[in-house]
Amino acid sequence: MPYLKKSPWLIHYDGSSCNGCDIEVLACLTPVYDVERFGVVNTGNPKHADLFLLTGAINEQNAPVVRNIYEQMPDPKVVIAVGICATSGGIFRECYNILGGVDKVLPVDVYVSGCAARPEAIIDGVVKALSILEEKRAAMKAARRAARKAPAAAVEGRNP
Amino acid sequence: MILLNASEWTRVATGILYVLLAPLFGGLLAGVDRRITARMQGRKGPPILQPFYDVLKLLEKRRVSVNKLQNFFIVLFLVFLVFTGTLFFSGGDLLLFIFAFTLAAIFFISAAYAANSPYSSIGAERELLQMMAYEPMVLLTAVGFYMANGSFKVSDLVVAPRPAILLIPMIFLGFCYVLTFKFRKSPFDLSTSHHGHQEIVKGITTEFSGASLAWIEIAHWYESTFLIALIALFFVWSNPLSIALGIGVALLVYFLEILVDNTFARVKWQLAIRSAWIVAGVFGFLNLLALTLMRGGK
Repeated sequence: MPYLKKSPWLIHYDGSSCNGCDIEVLACLTPVYDVERFGVVNTGNPKHADLFLLTGAINEQNAPVVRNIYEQMPDPKVVIAVGICATSGGIFRECYNILGGVDKVLPVDVYVSGCAARPEAIIDGVVKALSILEEKRAAMKAARRAARKAPAAAVEGRNP
Repeated sequence: MILLNASEWTRVATGILYVLLAPLFGGLLAGVDRRITARMQGRKGPPILQPFYDVLKLLEKRRVSVNKLQNFFIVLFLVFLVFTGTLFFSGGDLLLFIFAFTLAAIFFISAAYAANSPYSSIGAERELLQMMAYEPMVLLTAVGFYMANGSFKVSDLVVAPRPAILLIPMIFLGFCYVLTFKFRKSPFDLSTSHHGHQEIVKGITTEFSGASLAWIEIAHWYESTFLIALIALFFVWSNPLSIALGIGVALLVYFLEILVDNTFARVKWQLAIRSAWIVAGVFGFLNLLALTLMRGGK
């Protein structure tokens, strides 16, 4: 059942953002946009999160941090790159320390454009991410069911 | 075949009803809580059923855990909280109720320690400090009920000749003070916080995900249901209509808890313990002293 869509909890990470997109992300939680109406909660904890929302480009220092957060999130999970810097590196792409957009280190599911990304655009991106999340959940469930039928193939689906 | 008389059957029935309906009540209470909190902050807030969506979502997620022990402790935490509430609703002994309640809390702390991460360890330590803070007042509450109506048994207290609030009003106020710890509301949400992006992330619940986190939520629903019932017990006497009065007052107290939650910042643990002990010492002790003197005068 699609309860994932009704209760998306997100974790927000600021890469090398100029804080423009971060302010817009937080604006979504304020009374004007109030995304908690849709059950969205800004958890600061990767183990509770379903959506990984990144702003800013990835640099040499935060690449392992971003990868670590992603690996701590339980499946199913989606990654949203918010703003042009998270999408491609933006105006910082030529910098000596910048690797590029988030997709250099993580599989990105949704790109939200803008500099800075508007709250409306971010909410649209989250809504798009939710249908991808639902697809991933269905795939996970199907894989689990298949594993139950053929126990020998279940090794990779098992909890560590 | 065990033979039970009518009143014993009623007690078994209320116990079973509690096990079945408490998650429903507790979940709705949490949903209303979130809505009222949002309104106080000038927001619209999530649907009333949001806590149920959250728990059902968590059950769909994969459970990531450091070891099997932490999940085992969480199951014990849930089982003992259900047991605690069942003791209360089946008219059991208030002292036994408090001991079972403490044991459940200890399992929760053990679970957080078992995960062995810095954030959950700090959360567990703070939870222990919180227990130190609220336990004296909770024990004095049970003693107060005994002094007021001559029994520790809930089944006797609900048919007492007069409501306990008339004799132990100060203990009621003191109990309301420490309830803020148990409802995990500011200013005493030291061990965990509703908003994770803070200094201890999610504190005691940081390392739990998926189904384990869902069990913790459900355990809290059971917990808040019997805490509401415990507040109501102050206002209940032999008149059956008084149960409605008690529940009404309990919900009002819960509303005030939400108000306090939204107006106060978290305090340091020193202030939390000191203030809770001062409240227990002044309100609890003075009330018991007054009761003893009244008894002596008769």
